[in-house]
Amino acid sequence: MNFQALLINYHEAAAVIVFCIGFMTLMLHPNLIKKVIGVNLSSSSMFLFFGSRGYIEGGEATILDPVTLEAPAVMVNLIPTGLILTGIVVSVSITAFFLAITLRIYNRYGSMDLDEILGLININKNKRFQQ
Amino acid sequence: MSLVYNVPFVSIFLSILIAVLCTLFKNGRNAQRLTFALWIGVAVGSAMLLSTLMFNGGTSFTYAAGHYPAPWGNELRAGPLEALFALVYSIVMLLSLSGGAEHTFEDVVEEKVSLYYTVMNLLFAGMLALIYTNDIFTSYVFIEISTIAACSIIMAKGEGESLLESMRYLIMYLIGSTMFLFGVVILYSITGHLLMEFLQKEIVALWMSGEYQLPLAASLALMLIGLCIKTAIFPFHSILPGAHGSATTASSAVLSGLLLESYVILIIKIFYRVFTPEIIASYHVYDIMFAFGIIAMLLGSYYALKEDDIKRMLAYSSAAQMGYIFVAIGIGTNAGAVAACLHIITHAFTKAMLFTTSGALIGVSGHSRDFYDLRGAAHRDRLAGIGFTIGAISMIGVPLLACFVSKLYIAIASLIYPP
Repeated sequence: MNFQALLINYHEAAAVIVFCIGFMTLMLHPNLIKKVIGVNLSSSSMFLFFGSRGYIEGGEATILDPVTLEAPAVMVNLIPTGLILTGIVVSVSITAFFLAITLRIYNRYGSMDLDEILGLININKNKRFQQ
Repeated sequence: MSLVYNVPFVSIFLSILIAVLCTLFKNGRNAQRLTFALWIGVAVGSAMLLSTLMFNGGTSFTYAAGHYPAPWGNELRAGPLEALFALVYSIVMLLSLSGGAEHTFEDVVEEKVSLYYTVMNLLFAGMLALIYTNDIFTSYVFIEISTIAACSIIMAKGEGESLLESMRYLIMYLIGSTMFLFGVVILYSITGHLLMEFLQKEIVALWMSGEYQLPLAASLALMLIGLCIKTAIFPFHSILPGAHGSATTASSAVLSGLLLESYVILIIKIFYRVFTPEIIASYHVYDIMFAFGIIAMLLGSYYALKEDDIKRMLAYSSAAQMGYIFVAIGIGTNAGAVAACLHIITHAFTKAMLFTTSGALIGVSGHSRDFYDLRGAAHRDRLAGIGFTIGAISMIGVPLLACFVSKLYIAIASLIYPP
Protein backbone atom coordinates (compact mmCIF):
# COMPACT_ATOMS: atom_id res chain seq x y z
CA MET A 1 0.00 0.00 0.00
CA ASN A 2 1.07 3.51 -0.75
CA PHE A 3 0.54 5.30 2.56
CA GLN A 4 1.98 8.55 1.31
CA ALA A 5 -1.01 8.93 -1.03
CA LEU A 6 -3.35 8.55 1.95
CA LEU A 7 -1.50 11.32 3.80
CA ILE A 8 -1.64 13.68 0.83
CA ASN A 9 -5.34 13.04 0.23
CA TYR A 10 -6.19 13.22 3.91
CA HIS A 11 -9.65 14.68 3.22
CA GLU A 12 -10.66 11.58 1.34
CA ALA A 13 -9.08 9.24 3.88
CA ALA A 14 -10.98 10.99 6.70
CA ALA A 15 -14.18 10.85 4.63
CA VAL A 16 -13.85 7.09 4.17
CA ILE A 17 -13.22 6.57 7.91
CA VAL A 18 -16.28 8.67 8.82
CA PHE A 19 -18.29 6.81 6.21
CA CYS A 20 -17.37 3.48 7.77
CA ILE A 21 -18.34 4.73 11.25
CA GLY A 22 -21.71 5.97 9.98
CA PHE A 23 -22.30 2.81 8.00
CA MET A 24 -21.59 0.50 10.93
CA THR A 25 -23.81 2.60 13.21
CA LEU A 26 -26.62 2.32 10.67
CA MET A 27 -26.18 -1.43 10.33
CA LEU A 28 -25.42 -2.56 13.86
CA HIS A 29 -26.76 -0.10 16.44
CA PRO A 30 -30.17 -1.14 17.79
CA ASN A 31 -31.24 2.38 18.80
CA LEU A 32 -33.25 4.02 16.04
CA ILE A 33 -32.09 7.60 16.77
CA LYS A 34 -28.48 6.43 16.56
CA LYS A 35 -29.32 4.84 13.23
CA VAL A 36 -30.50 8.26 12.02
CA ILE A 37 -27.19 9.73 13.19
CA GLY A 38 -25.41 6.97 11.27
CA VAL A 39 -27.28 7.87 8.09
CA ASN A 40 -26.33 11.50 8.57
CA LEU A 41 -22.68 10.67 9.18
CA SER A 42 -22.39 8.49 6.11
CA SER A 43 -24.03 11.02 3.81
CA SER A 44 -21.97 13.91 5.26
CA SER A 45 -18.77 11.94 4.72
CA MET A 46 -19.86 11.46 1.12
CA PHE A 47 -20.22 15.24 0.75
CA LEU A 48 -16.77 15.76 2.30
CA PHE A 49 -15.31 13.27 -0.18
CA PHE A 50 -17.08 14.87 -3.14
CA GLY A 51 -16.31 18.43 -2.06
CA SER A 52 -12.64 17.72 -1.58
CA ARG A 53 -12.51 16.28 -5.13
CA GLY A 54 -13.50 19.73 -6.38
CA TYR A 55 -10.92 21.62 -4.31
CA ILE A 56 -7.76 22.65 -6.14
CA GLU A 57 -4.77 23.81 -4.12
CA GLY A 58 -4.40 27.59 -4.45
CA GLY A 59 -7.59 27.90 -6.47
CA GLU A 60 -9.87 30.89 -6.22
CA ALA A 61 -13.61 31.28 -6.57
CA THR A 62 -14.84 31.37 -10.15
CA ILE A 63 -15.66 35.10 -10.16
CA LEU A 64 -14.34 37.53 -12.75
CA ASP A 65 -12.30 40.48 -11.55
CA PRO A 66 -14.82 43.39 -11.39
CA VAL A 67 -12.43 45.93 -12.97
CA THR A 68 -10.34 44.04 -15.49
CA LEU A 69 -12.92 41.25 -16.17
CA GLU A 70 -10.12 38.68 -16.08
CA ALA A 71 -10.65 35.19 -14.79
CA PRO A 72 -8.37 34.04 -11.96
CA ALA A 73 -5.44 31.89 -13.10
CA VAL A 74 -6.33 28.86 -10.95
CA MET A 75 -9.98 28.16 -10.15
CA VAL A 76 -11.64 25.55 -7.95
CA ASN A 77 -14.09 23.13 -9.55
CA LEU A 78 -17.58 24.30 -8.59
CA ILE A 79 -19.63 21.44 -10.02
CA PRO A 80 -19.13 19.10 -7.00
CA THR A 81 -20.24 21.91 -4.68
CA GLY A 82 -23.37 22.41 -6.71
CA LEU A 83 -24.11 18.69 -6.67
CA ILE A 84 -23.51 18.55 -2.90
CA LEU A 85 -26.26 21.14 -2.45
CA THR A 86 -28.66 18.74 -4.16
CA GLY A 87 -27.28 15.92 -2.04
CA ILE A 88 -27.81 17.89 1.18
CA VAL A 89 -31.46 18.49 0.28
CA VAL A 90 -31.90 14.77 -0.32
CA SER A 91 -30.12 13.96 2.93
CA VAL A 92 -32.29 16.37 4.94
CA SER A 93 -35.49 14.86 3.57
CA ILE A 94 -34.25 11.32 4.27
CA THR A 95 -33.44 12.35 7.87
CA ALA A 96 -36.86 13.94 8.31
CA PHE A 97 -38.59 10.84 6.97
CA PHE A 98 -36.49 8.52 9.13
CA LEU A 99 -37.29 10.57 12.24
CA ALA A 100 -40.99 10.52 11.35
CA ILE A 101 -40.99 6.72 11.15
CA THR A 102 -39.04 6.57 14.44
CA LEU A 103 -41.65 8.76 16.11
CA ARG A 104 -44.51 6.58 14.89
CA ILE A 105 -42.71 3.42 16.00
CA TYR A 106 -42.10 4.98 19.43
CA ASN A 107 -45.78 5.93 19.73
CA ARG A 108 -46.81 2.41 18.77
CA TYR A 109 -44.36 0.35 20.84
CA GLY A 110 -43.05 2.78 23.46
CA SER A 111 -39.42 1.98 22.72
CA MET A 112 -36.59 3.15 20.48
CA ASP A 113 -34.63 -0.07 20.79
CA LEU A 114 -35.08 -2.26 17.72
CA ASP A 115 -34.14 -5.46 19.58
CA GLU A 116 -36.66 -4.69 22.29
CA ILE A 117 -39.39 -3.98 19.73
CA LEU A 118 -38.70 -7.21 17.84
CA GLY A 119 -38.80 -9.07 21.17
CA LEU A 120 -42.21 -7.54 21.98
CA ILE A 121 -43.54 -8.60 18.59
CA ASN A 122 -42.32 -12.16 19.07
CA ILE A 123 -43.98 -12.35 22.53
CA ASN A 124 -47.25 -11.15 21.00
CA LYS A 125 -47.00 -13.68 18.18
CA ASN A 126 -46.42 -16.52 20.66
CA LYS A 127 -49.41 -15.41 22.74
CA ARG A 128 -51.63 -15.41 19.67
CA PHE A 129 -50.28 -18.84 18.77
CA GLN A 130 -51.09 -20.27 22.20
CA GLN A 131 -54.68 -19.00 22.29
CA MET B 1 -38.39 19.24 -33.52
CA SER B 2 -41.84 17.81 -33.26
CA LEU B 3 -44.01 18.41 -30.21
CA VAL B 4 -44.13 14.72 -29.32
CA TYR B 5 -40.45 14.79 -28.36
CA ASN B 6 -41.40 16.77 -25.26
CA VAL B 7 -43.30 13.77 -23.86
CA PRO B 8 -40.49 12.45 -21.59
CA PHE B 9 -39.91 15.76 -19.85
CA VAL B 10 -43.58 16.72 -19.68
CA SER B 11 -44.63 13.38 -18.20
CA ILE B 12 -42.04 13.61 -15.40
CA PHE B 13 -42.87 17.26 -14.77
CA LEU B 14 -46.63 16.70 -14.77
CA SER B 15 -46.45 13.80 -12.34
CA ILE B 16 -44.47 15.92 -9.86
CA LEU B 17 -46.88 18.84 -10.38
CA ILE B 18 -49.94 16.66 -9.84
CA ALA B 19 -48.26 15.15 -6.77
CA VAL B 20 -48.23 18.66 -5.32
CA LEU B 21 -51.79 19.36 -6.44
CA CYS B 22 -53.07 16.15 -4.83
CA THR B 23 -52.13 17.44 -1.37
CA LEU B 24 -54.74 20.18 -1.80
CA PHE B 25 -57.69 17.81 -2.08
CA LYS B 26 -59.65 16.93 1.04
CA ASN B 27 -61.53 14.16 -0.71
CA GLY B 28 -59.41 11.19 -1.73
CA ARG B 29 -61.70 10.34 -4.68
CA ASN B 30 -60.84 13.61 -6.43
CA ALA B 31 -57.12 13.01 -5.99
CA GLN B 32 -57.68 9.54 -7.41
CA ARG B 33 -59.50 10.90 -10.48
CA LEU B 34 -56.80 13.48 -11.17
CA THR B 35 -54.04 10.88 -10.77
CA PHE B 36 -55.76 8.41 -13.08
CA ALA B 37 -56.27 11.13 -15.68
CA LEU B 38 -52.54 11.89 -15.52
CA TRP B 39 -51.59 8.23 -15.99
CA ILE B 40 -53.97 7.85 -18.94
CA GLY B 41 -52.39 10.98 -20.42
CA VAL B 42 -48.87 9.65 -19.87
CA ALA B 43 -49.86 6.33 -21.44
CA VAL B 44 -51.30 8.05 -24.52
CA GLY B 45 -48.29 10.36 -24.81
CA SER B 46 -45.82 7.50 -24.50
CA ALA B 47 -47.75 5.49 -27.09
CA MET B 48 -47.57 8.47 -29.46
CA LEU B 49 -43.86 8.87 -28.79
CA LEU B 50 -43.31 5.15 -29.36
CA SER B 51 -45.17 5.12 -32.66
CA THR B 52 -43.45 8.32 -33.87
CA LEU B 53 -40.02 6.90 -33.04
CA MET B 54 -40.83 3.59 -34.73
CA PHE B 55 -42.00 5.37 -37.90
CA ASN B 56 -38.79 7.42 -37.91
CA GLY B 57 -36.65 4.30 -37.98
CA GLY B 58 -36.45 3.53 -34.27
CA THR B 59 -33.59 5.84 -33.36
CA SER B 60 -33.40 7.50 -29.97
CA PHE B 61 -33.10 11.24 -29.37
CA THR B 62 -31.65 13.48 -26.68
CA TYR B 63 -33.72 16.10 -24.92
CA ALA B 64 -31.50 18.83 -23.48
CA ALA B 65 -33.31 20.48 -20.57
CA GLY B 66 -33.04 24.27 -20.88
CA HIS B 67 -31.20 23.97 -24.24
CA TYR B 68 -27.80 24.07 -22.56
CA PRO B 69 -25.12 22.50 -24.80
CA ALA B 70 -24.11 18.93 -24.07
CA PRO B 71 -21.39 18.73 -21.41
CA TRP B 72 -23.11 21.21 -19.06
CA GLY B 73 -26.84 20.71 -19.28
CA ASN B 74 -29.06 18.00 -17.92
CA GLU B 75 -30.35 15.55 -20.47
CA LEU B 76 -33.09 13.04 -21.00
CA ARG B 77 -32.67 10.37 -23.62
CA ALA B 78 -35.59 8.49 -25.09
CA GLY B 79 -35.80 5.73 -27.62
CA PRO B 80 -38.44 3.16 -28.48
CA LEU B 81 -37.45 1.01 -25.49
CA GLU B 82 -37.80 3.85 -22.99
CA ALA B 83 -41.11 4.91 -24.54
CA LEU B 84 -42.35 1.32 -24.30
CA PHE B 85 -41.30 1.10 -20.64
CA ALA B 86 -43.06 4.38 -19.86
CA LEU B 87 -46.20 3.09 -21.60
CA VAL B 88 -46.11 -0.19 -19.66
CA TYR B 89 -45.38 1.58 -16.36
CA SER B 90 -48.27 4.01 -16.70
CA ILE B 91 -50.71 1.24 -17.68
CA VAL B 92 -49.62 -1.03 -14.83
CA MET B 93 -49.79 1.85 -12.33
CA LEU B 94 -53.31 2.63 -13.55
CA LEU B 95 -54.45 -1.00 -13.39
CA SER B 96 -52.95 -1.82 -10.01
CA LEU B 97 -54.16 1.39 -8.37
CA SER B 98 -57.68 0.94 -9.72
CA GLY B 99 -57.62 -2.74 -8.76
CA GLY B 100 -56.51 -1.94 -5.23
CA ALA B 101 -58.60 1.24 -4.86
CA GLU B 102 -61.15 -0.35 -2.54
CA HIS B 103 -58.42 -1.55 -0.19
CA THR B 104 -56.65 1.80 -0.38
CA PHE B 105 -59.74 3.54 0.92
CA GLU B 106 -60.17 0.85 3.61
CA ASP B 107 -56.58 0.68 4.83
CA VAL B 108 -55.47 4.29 4.69
CA VAL B 109 -56.88 6.86 7.11
CA GLU B 110 -59.63 8.77 5.30
CA GLU B 111 -58.04 12.25 5.43
CA LYS B 112 -54.76 10.87 4.16
CA VAL B 113 -55.89 9.10 0.98
CA SER B 114 -55.05 12.16 -1.12
CA LEU B 115 -51.54 12.11 0.40
CA TYR B 116 -51.28 8.45 -0.60
CA TYR B 117 -51.91 9.49 -4.20
CA THR B 118 -49.32 12.26 -3.81
CA VAL B 119 -46.70 9.71 -2.84
CA MET B 120 -47.78 7.38 -5.67
CA ASN B 121 -47.31 10.23 -8.15
CA LEU B 122 -43.85 10.97 -6.75
CA LEU B 123 -42.93 7.29 -7.05
CA PHE B 124 -44.17 7.30 -10.64
CA ALA B 125 -42.10 10.43 -11.38
CA GLY B 126 -39.06 8.76 -9.85
CA MET B 127 -39.47 5.61 -11.90
CA LEU B 128 -40.07 7.56 -15.14
CA ALA B 129 -36.96 9.63 -14.48
CA LEU B 130 -34.92 6.46 -13.89
CA ILE B 131 -36.16 5.19 -17.25
CA TYR B 132 -35.51 8.38 -19.21
CA THR B 133 -32.49 10.06 -17.61
CA ASN B 134 -29.18 10.40 -19.37
CA ASP B 135 -27.36 11.88 -16.37
CA ILE B 136 -26.03 9.66 -13.64
CA PHE B 137 -26.38 12.18 -10.81
CA THR B 138 -30.01 12.80 -11.73
CA SER B 139 -30.58 9.09 -11.48
CA TYR B 140 -29.17 9.20 -7.91
CA VAL B 141 -31.57 12.00 -6.95
CA PHE B 142 -34.56 10.13 -8.36
CA ILE B 143 -33.42 6.89 -6.70
CA GLU B 144 -33.67 8.73 -3.37
CA ILE B 145 -37.07 10.16 -4.26
CA SER B 146 -38.39 6.73 -5.15
CA THR B 147 -36.86 5.31 -1.94
CA ILE B 148 -38.76 7.76 0.27
CA ALA B 149 -41.93 7.28 -1.75
CA ALA B 150 -41.64 3.48 -1.60
CA CYS B 151 -41.20 3.50 2.18
CA SER B 152 -44.17 5.82 2.61
CA ILE B 153 -46.49 3.62 0.57
CA ILE B 154 -45.41 0.59 2.63
CA MET B 155 -46.29 2.34 5.89
CA ALA B 156 -49.51 3.81 4.45
CA LYS B 157 -51.50 1.19 6.35
CA GLY B 158 -50.23 2.67 9.62
CA GLU B 159 -50.16 -0.69 11.42
CA GLY B 160 -47.31 -1.83 13.60
CA GLU B 161 -46.04 -4.53 11.30
CA SER B 162 -45.88 -2.34 8.19
CA LEU B 163 -44.09 0.42 10.16
CA LEU B 164 -41.28 -1.92 11.14
CA GLU B 165 -41.04 -3.43 7.66
CA SER B 166 -40.89 0.07 6.21
CA MET B 167 -38.03 0.86 8.60
CA ARG B 168 -36.10 -2.24 7.51
CA TYR B 169 -36.77 -1.41 3.86
CA LEU B 170 -35.59 2.17 4.39
CA ILE B 171 -32.34 1.06 6.05
CA MET B 172 -31.50 -1.40 3.25
CA TYR B 173 -32.42 1.12 0.55
CA LEU B 174 -30.35 3.86 2.22
CA ILE B 175 -27.31 1.58 2.23
CA GLY B 176 -27.93 0.91 -1.45
CA SER B 177 -28.29 4.52 -2.47
CA THR B 178 -25.28 5.63 -0.41
CA MET B 179 -23.16 3.00 -2.16
CA PHE B 180 -24.49 4.13 -5.52
CA LEU B 181 -23.59 7.75 -4.70
CA PHE B 182 -20.10 6.67 -3.65
CA GLY B 183 -19.66 4.95 -7.01
CA VAL B 184 -20.90 8.03 -8.88
CA VAL B 185 -18.53 10.29 -6.93
CA ILE B 186 -15.52 8.10 -7.71
CA LEU B 187 -16.55 7.92 -11.35
CA TYR B 188 -16.91 11.71 -11.51
CA SER B 189 -13.54 12.30 -9.93
CA ILE B 190 -11.71 10.08 -12.44
CA THR B 191 -13.64 11.13 -15.56
CA GLY B 192 -14.95 14.64 -14.84
CA HIS B 193 -18.34 13.98 -16.42
CA LEU B 194 -21.83 13.05 -15.32
CA LEU B 195 -23.63 12.71 -18.66
CA MET B 196 -23.65 9.13 -19.86
CA GLU B 197 -22.23 9.60 -23.39
CA PHE B 198 -19.22 11.59 -22.15
CA LEU B 199 -18.69 9.15 -19.30
CA GLN B 200 -18.60 6.32 -21.82
CA LYS B 201 -16.00 8.07 -23.98
CA GLU B 202 -13.77 8.80 -20.97
CA ILE B 203 -14.19 5.31 -19.53
CA VAL B 204 -13.25 3.65 -22.81
CA ALA B 205 -10.18 5.91 -23.04
CA LEU B 206 -9.22 5.11 -19.42
CA TRP B 207 -9.71 1.40 -19.95
CA MET B 208 -7.55 1.41 -23.07
CA SER B 209 -4.81 3.48 -21.41
CA GLY B 210 -4.64 1.19 -18.37
CA GLU B 211 -4.68 4.07 -15.87
CA TYR B 212 -6.95 4.35 -12.81
CA GLN B 213 -8.03 0.71 -13.12
CA LEU B 214 -8.70 0.30 -9.39
CA PRO B 215 -11.01 3.35 -9.02
CA LEU B 216 -12.86 2.32 -12.17
CA ALA B 217 -13.46 -1.20 -10.88
CA ALA B 218 -14.37 0.13 -7.43
CA SER B 219 -16.92 2.57 -8.79
CA LEU B 220 -18.50 -0.11 -10.98
CA ALA B 221 -18.67 -2.50 -8.02
CA LEU B 222 -20.14 0.13 -5.66
CA MET B 223 -22.80 1.24 -8.15
CA LEU B 224 -23.76 -2.34 -8.97
CA ILE B 225 -23.94 -3.52 -5.36
CA GLY B 226 -26.00 -0.45 -4.50
CA LEU B 227 -28.46 -1.18 -7.27
CA CYS B 228 -28.51 -4.93 -6.54
CA ILE B 229 -29.55 -4.21 -2.92
CA LYS B 230 -32.45 -2.27 -4.38
CA THR B 231 -33.46 -4.98 -6.83
CA ALA B 232 -33.49 -7.44 -3.89
CA ILE B 233 -31.47 -10.10 -5.69
CA PHE B 234 -30.45 -13.18 -3.68
CA PRO B 235 -28.37 -12.08 -0.65
CA PHE B 236 -30.58 -9.02 -0.13
CA HIS B 237 -33.99 -10.65 -0.68
CA SER B 238 -34.91 -10.64 3.02
CA ILE B 239 -36.63 -7.23 2.89
CA LEU B 240 -39.09 -8.25 0.18
CA PRO B 241 -41.59 -10.60 1.85
CA GLY B 242 -42.17 -8.47 4.94
CA ALA B 243 -42.55 -5.20 3.08
CA HIS B 244 -44.64 -6.50 0.19
CA GLY B 245 -46.65 -8.75 2.45
CA SER B 246 -47.67 -6.12 4.98
CA ALA B 247 -48.35 -3.22 2.59
CA THR B 248 -51.77 -2.47 1.17
CA THR B 249 -52.76 -4.18 -2.11
CA ALA B 250 -51.95 -1.40 -4.57
CA SER B 251 -48.63 -0.66 -2.85
CA SER B 252 -47.45 -4.26 -3.05
CA ALA B 253 -48.46 -4.50 -6.70
CA VAL B 254 -46.55 -1.34 -7.62
CA LEU B 255 -43.50 -2.15 -5.49
CA SER B 256 -43.18 -5.72 -6.68
CA GLY B 257 -44.16 -5.21 -10.30
CA LEU B 258 -42.56 -1.88 -11.13
CA LEU B 259 -40.14 -0.45 -8.59
CA LEU B 260 -37.74 -3.41 -8.50
CA GLU B 261 -37.60 -3.47 -12.30
CA SER B 262 -36.80 0.22 -12.65
CA TYR B 263 -33.46 -0.41 -10.94
CA VAL B 264 -32.76 -3.30 -13.33
CA ILE B 265 -33.44 -0.89 -16.19
CA LEU B 266 -30.86 1.46 -14.66
CA ILE B 267 -28.36 -1.43 -14.42
CA ILE B 268 -28.89 -2.22 -18.12
CA LYS B 269 -28.42 1.47 -18.94
CA ILE B 270 -25.18 1.58 -16.95
CA PHE B 271 -23.90 -1.47 -18.82
CA TYR B 272 -24.72 -0.14 -22.28
CA ARG B 273 -24.46 3.64 -21.97
CA VAL B 274 -21.95 4.34 -19.18
CA PHE B 275 -19.68 1.34 -19.60
CA THR B 276 -19.59 -0.87 -22.67
CA PRO B 277 -20.47 -4.59 -22.67
CA GLU B 278 -16.80 -5.44 -23.41
CA ILE B 279 -15.55 -3.60 -20.30
CA ILE B 280 -18.30 -5.17 -18.18
CA ALA B 281 -17.37 -8.62 -19.51
CA SER B 282 -13.68 -7.99 -18.77
CA TYR B 283 -14.54 -7.48 -15.07
CA HIS B 284 -16.53 -10.78 -15.03
CA VAL B 285 -19.63 -8.91 -13.91
CA TYR B 286 -21.82 -10.99 -16.22
CA ASP B 287 -20.58 -14.23 -14.67
CA ILE B 288 -21.28 -12.96 -11.14
CA MET B 289 -24.76 -11.78 -12.12
CA PHE B 290 -25.48 -15.12 -13.80
CA ALA B 291 -24.42 -17.07 -10.70
CA PHE B 292 -26.42 -14.92 -8.28
CA GLY B 293 -29.38 -14.98 -10.66
CA ILE B 294 -29.46 -18.77 -10.63
CA ILE B 295 -29.19 -18.88 -6.82
CA ALA B 296 -31.99 -16.31 -6.54
CA MET B 297 -34.17 -18.31 -8.95
CA LEU B 298 -33.79 -21.53 -6.99
CA LEU B 299 -33.87 -20.10 -3.45
CA GLY B 300 -36.69 -17.65 -4.20
CA SER B 301 -38.87 -20.45 -5.53
CA TYR B 302 -37.92 -22.68 -2.58
CA TYR B 303 -38.82 -20.03 0.01
CA ALA B 304 -42.04 -19.28 -1.87
CA LEU B 305 -43.02 -22.96 -1.62
CA LYS B 306 -42.49 -22.92 2.14
CA GLU B 307 -44.77 -19.91 2.79
CA ASP B 308 -48.32 -20.16 4.17
CA ASP B 309 -49.03 -16.52 3.47
CA ILE B 310 -50.20 -15.69 -0.05
CA LYS B 311 -48.66 -12.21 -0.28
CA ARG B 312 -45.32 -13.29 1.19
CA MET B 313 -45.30 -16.15 -1.31
CA LEU B 314 -45.83 -13.73 -4.19
CA ALA B 315 -43.04 -11.51 -2.82
CA TYR B 316 -40.62 -14.44 -2.79
CA SER B 317 -41.76 -15.25 -6.30
CA SER B 318 -40.71 -11.68 -7.24
CA ALA B 319 -37.25 -12.42 -5.88
CA ALA B 320 -37.16 -15.53 -8.08
CA GLN B 321 -38.28 -13.58 -11.16
CA MET B 322 -35.54 -11.02 -10.46
CA GLY B 323 -33.23 -14.02 -10.66
CA TYR B 324 -34.56 -14.81 -14.17
CA ILE B 325 -33.91 -11.24 -15.25
CA PHE B 326 -30.38 -11.32 -13.81
CA VAL B 327 -29.70 -14.63 -15.58
CA ALA B 328 -30.87 -13.10 -18.85
CA ILE B 329 -28.58 -10.08 -18.39
CA GLY B 330 -25.79 -12.38 -17.22
CA ILE B 331 -25.77 -14.24 -20.53
CA GLY B 332 -23.89 -11.16 -21.64
CA THR B 333 -25.21 -10.84 -25.18
CA ASN B 334 -27.58 -8.32 -26.73
CA ALA B 335 -30.14 -11.11 -27.10
CA GLY B 336 -29.91 -11.67 -23.34
CA ALA B 337 -30.54 -8.00 -22.59
CA VAL B 338 -33.53 -8.01 -24.94
CA ALA B 339 -34.93 -11.08 -23.19
CA ALA B 340 -34.39 -9.35 -19.82
CA CYS B 341 -36.32 -6.27 -21.03
CA LEU B 342 -39.16 -8.46 -22.28
CA HIS B 343 -39.28 -10.33 -18.98
CA ILE B 344 -39.37 -7.00 -17.12
CA ILE B 345 -42.49 -6.04 -19.08
CA THR B 346 -44.30 -9.37 -18.73
CA HIS B 347 -43.39 -9.66 -15.05
CA ALA B 348 -44.66 -6.13 -14.41
CA PHE B 349 -48.08 -7.01 -15.82
CA THR B 350 -48.34 -10.49 -14.31
CA LYS B 351 -47.10 -9.68 -10.81
CA ALA B 352 -49.28 -6.58 -10.53
CA MET B 353 -52.26 -8.70 -11.59
CA LEU B 354 -51.40 -11.43 -9.07
CA PHE B 355 -51.10 -8.92 -6.21
CA THR B 356 -54.35 -7.10 -7.01
CA THR B 357 -56.33 -10.33 -7.45
CA SER B 358 -54.84 -11.81 -4.28
CA GLY B 359 -55.84 -8.58 -2.51
CA ALA B 360 -59.41 -9.15 -3.65
CA LEU B 361 -59.28 -12.81 -2.55
CA ILE B 362 -57.96 -11.75 0.87
CA GLY B 363 -60.74 -9.17 1.09
CA VAL B 364 -63.49 -11.79 0.74
CA SER B 365 -61.81 -14.16 3.21
CA GLY B 366 -61.96 -12.04 6.34
CA HIS B 367 -58.65 -10.24 5.71
CA SER B 368 -56.59 -13.32 6.45
CA ARG B 369 -53.63 -13.99 4.21
CA ASP B 370 -53.27 -17.60 5.29
CA PHE B 371 -53.91 -20.32 2.70
CA TYR B 372 -56.08 -22.21 5.17
CA ASP B 373 -58.50 -19.27 5.40
CA LEU B 374 -58.41 -18.64 1.67
CA ARG B 375 -60.15 -21.91 0.82
CA GLY B 376 -63.11 -21.21 -1.47
CA ALA B 377 -62.13 -17.59 -1.97
CA ALA B 378 -62.23 -17.95 -5.76
CA HIS B 379 -65.84 -19.08 -5.43
CA ARG B 380 -66.72 -15.99 -3.37
CA ASP B 381 -65.07 -13.64 -5.87
CA ARG B 382 -65.16 -15.33 -9.26
CA LEU B 383 -63.41 -12.64 -11.27
CA ALA B 384 -60.47 -12.40 -8.89
CA GLY B 385 -60.22 -16.18 -8.83
CA ILE B 386 -60.04 -16.40 -12.61
CA GLY B 387 -57.51 -13.55 -12.72
CA PHE B 388 -55.32 -15.13 -10.07
CA THR B 389 -55.38 -18.50 -11.84
CA ILE B 390 -54.42 -16.99 -15.18
CA GLY B 391 -51.68 -14.91 -13.55
CA ALA B 392 -50.26 -17.87 -11.66
CA ILE B 393 -50.30 -20.09 -14.77
CA SER B 394 -48.57 -17.31 -16.71
CA MET B 395 -45.95 -16.94 -13.99
CA ILE B 396 -45.22 -20.67 -14.19
CA GLY B 397 -44.63 -20.30 -17.92
CA VAL B 398 -47.46 -22.23 -19.54
CA PRO B 399 -47.55 -21.65 -23.32
CA LEU B 400 -49.82 -19.00 -24.88
CA LEU B 401 -49.35 -16.72 -21.82
CA ALA B 402 -47.06 -13.76 -21.37
CA CYS B 403 -44.31 -15.08 -19.10
CA PHE B 404 -43.88 -18.16 -21.30
CA VAL B 405 -42.82 -15.94 -24.20
CA SER B 406 -40.25 -14.02 -22.19
CA LYS B 407 -38.85 -17.18 -20.62
CA LEU B 408 -38.67 -18.71 -24.11
CA TYR B 409 -36.66 -15.67 -25.20
CA ILE B 410 -34.29 -16.18 -22.25
CA ALA B 411 -33.86 -19.80 -23.28
CA ILE B 412 -33.27 -18.85 -26.94
CA ALA B 413 -30.76 -16.17 -25.89
CA SER B 414 -28.82 -18.75 -23.90
CA LEU B 415 -28.65 -21.10 -26.90
CA ILE B 416 -27.23 -18.64 -29.46
CA TYR B 417 -23.68 -19.70 -30.26
CA PRO B 418 -21.28 -18.01 -30.93
CA PRO B 419 -22.70 -15.19 -28.74
